[in-house]
Amino acid sequence: MIFLYAFLVGGIICAIGQLLMDLTPLTPAHVLTVLVVSGGILSGLGIYGPLVKWSGAGASVPITSFGHQLVQGALSEMAMVGWYGVIGGILDFTSSGITAAILMGFFSALVFNPKG
Amino acid sequence: MGSSKAKQRQQLQRKDYQRLSAQKRLKIPVARNTMVAFVVGGLVSVLGQVLIFLYMRLGFSAEQAASPMVATLIVIASVLTGLGVWDYIGQFAGAGVGVPVTGFANSIVSSAIEFKREGYILGVGGRMFQLAGPVIVYGVVTALVVGILHGLVRGL
Repeated sequence: MIFLYAFLVGGIICAIGQLLMDLTPLTPAHVLTVLVVSGGILSGLGIYGPLVKWSGAGASVPITSFGHQLVQGALSEMAMVGWYGVIGGILDFTSSGITAAILMGFFSALVFNPKG
Repeated sequence: MGSSKAKQRQQLQRKDYQRLSAQKRLKIPVARNTMVAFVVGGLVSVLGQVLIFLYMRLGFSAEQAASPMVATLIVIASVLTGLGVWDYIGQFAGAGVGVPVTGFANSIVSSAIEFKREGYILGVGGRMFQLAGPVIVYGVVTALVVGILHGLVRGL
C-alpha cells in the first residue's frame, strides 16, 4: 500500500510543480524555491511529518522534503540544546544530500566535458 | 506625419508580437505535461520507496533510510546527467524529474560540467550552485524563521 501512496503523493507534488511552470511566469528555479519554502512551512505547521509517515518516499523524494528536513533539523537540535539549535541544527538532516550533490558535481566535472 | 505613421506601424508590430506570444503561450500542452509529471514523479517516488526498503534491509531504521535513498537518487541523476542522457529525460518528463531531488542533482552537475570551461575554481566551484543556490538559501531562511516561531509559540 505504501507504494501506491508514494506514487500518488510524489506524483501530485510533481504535477503541482509542472502546473506552476506552465501556467505562471515562474522559472523552474522559482518553482523549486517556492516548493522548498512550502515544504518548510508545512513542516512547521506539523503537516509534512505525518505526510512522510503516510506516504514514505512520496513525500521524501520531492524537493519539498528538503524544506521539511531543514526545519526538522532546526527543531530537533533546538529541543536538545535550546535556541542555539536553530543555527546549529538546520543542516543536520540534509547533510548527506548536499554532500552527495557537491561531490557528484565536482567529480562529474572532472570526468565529463561540456558539450560543443 | 511620417513619424506618426512610424509610430502606428510600431504599435501594429507590438500588437502582432503580443498576439503571437499569446498564441505561443497557449500552445503549451498543459494537460499532457501535468499528466506526464504526475506519472513520472510518482514512479521516481516508487523507486525511492524501493530504495528505502533496500536500505532498511541493510540495517537502517525506517527514518534513517530516507537519507541514503536521497543520496542514491542524486548519484543516479548525476551519472545520467554526465552521460548526457538526462537532457532527454528532462525534456520528456519536465517537473516529473525536476521536482524530485533528482532535479536538484541535475542542476548542480550540469552547471559544474558546463562551467568547467571557466576553470575549476571560478567555473566548477563558483557556478555549481547557480540554480541550486536559491533552493538552499531560501530553505535555510525558511527553517530559521519557522524554527524561531516554533520556539516562541510552542516553547523549546
